[in-house]
Amino acid sequence: MPDTLEWQNGTFLKEVERRSGTPVSACFQCHKCSTGCPIGPDMDLLSSQVMRMIHLGEERQVLESQAIWLCASCEACTTRCPMQIDIAAVMDSLRMMAVERKVELPNARGEQFNRSFLQSVCRNGRVFELGMMVAYKIRSRDYFTDAEKTGQMLAKGKLSLRPKKSGSAKAVADVFKRAEEEEKKR
Amino acid sequence: MKYAFFPGCSLESTGWDFDRSTRAVCGALGIELVDIPEWVCCGSTPAHTTNASLSVALPVMNLQKAQAMGLPVLTACASCYARLRTANHTVLNDPEERGRAERVTGKPYDGSVEVRHLLDVLVNDLGMDAIREKVRHPLKGMKVACYYGCLLTRPPNIVAFDDAEHPSCMDELLTAIGAEPVEWPFKTECCGASLSITRSEIVNRLSHRLLSMARQAGAQCLAVACPLCESNLDLRQADAAKAHGPIPDTPVLYITQLLGLALGLSSGDVGLEALTVSAEPLLAGIGRDL
Repeated sequence: MPDTLEWQNGTFLKEVERRSGTPVSACFQCHKCSTGCPIGPDMDLLSSQVMRMIHLGEERQVLESQAIWLCASCEACTTRCPMQIDIAAVMDSLRMMAVERKVELPNARGEQFNRSFLQSVCRNGRVFELGMMVAYKIRSRDYFTDAEKTGQMLAKGKLSLRPKKSGSAKAVADVFKRAEEEEKKR
Repeated sequence: MKYAFFPGCSLESTGWDFDRSTRAVCGALGIELVDIPEWVCCGSTPAHTTNASLSVALPVMNLQKAQAMGLPVLTACASCYARLRTANHTVLNDPEERGRAERVTGKPYDGSVEVRHLLDVLVNDLGMDAIREKVRHPLKGMKVACYYGCLLTRPPNIVAFDDAEHPSCMDELLTAIGAEPVEWPFKTECCGASLSITRSEIVNRLSHRLLSMARQAGAQCLAVACPLCESNLDLRQADAAKAHGPIPDTPVLYITQLLGLALGLSSGDVGLEALTVSAEPLLAGIGRDL
């Protein structure tokens, strides 16, 4: 990563660059990322706007945006950025910062889904879809979306009623614990 | 050809037909798969958007197991493939992250276990001639839109076995087994992936766009290599049509299901009964039954 200017030390920009390991300051607003973003039409901030707002230190606006939670991690922006900015990695880092700094999430479903998914992995070593979905539904209170699909999927053998636990589930639970400790030190 | 197989969580559940057809096709082509014992989830998108250490450590746990087996890893799920490759890339290029991954997993790992996608092995190692020789029932005249999605080809510095913007490995494979891949512009456009659960209206919009474009290009069906692409385009097809306008029923098959049929396997051998949009009319077109 190229060195940023000294006056940027301690700024939001510097912090995002450190966390994501990618040179956000190199963005010159060509908007190629936003143009190719499949979720662009649904976002409150386009990815190139997120980059610019990071430059400007608009921490709250960025961390409270829907956009950082709508990114589908499809990596089109990262692939096409002429300055080799890993924009998808920036979105990941922004989500983590939003959760750590306890900002008010505009739509918490993304975070609730992540928690439900990872809880299932921590418990079983693998995802137990049905259990994960129930946990997510309770967290999000979104009980009715796709309710009819559960029956359809059960009939096709696409959901099992019991978790298929990995024999390494205990080791996975330990890995979760140590990974959380490592993150606190970042 | 012998590989440590990493099925991943979806292949045990929503994508069981991808698992069945992958194993059947590898069996028919002489590719030996040995499951990684007690493999664990790769962490997928929830891990890399929540905890960076975890997103490297979970794939590394599997790579350490494969290293003990002394075999390269083969995976069929595009998302697991990207996570395993990304973990290797991180360990190889960032000593600090390597140290973190080793502390978190409690074991050393040097990033040296090779990770291959099934398509890469089929097209680049086995080769089209070897596959052509084994075709029993060519998919004559079947018009297929090859849908690569995101993670098979992106980011190119990490996955890199095909072109990131204009991939062609599935097109080549389908041509070799007698089908007619169509030219279409959305080969690598995203289906919305895991937004499927949290924001299904977005996935409906994107799926509708993909399915209508495939139809406009003259395709009768889509070929995919990712369990999330499959379920977003197949299971959600009726919702997409309801929200954004009618689309003719378009079966969405795993590339391994199409390959299996051409190799002479039955529709049950490749799990075609798992599809929501039935492949029956498609099979009738090539003189086969479901």
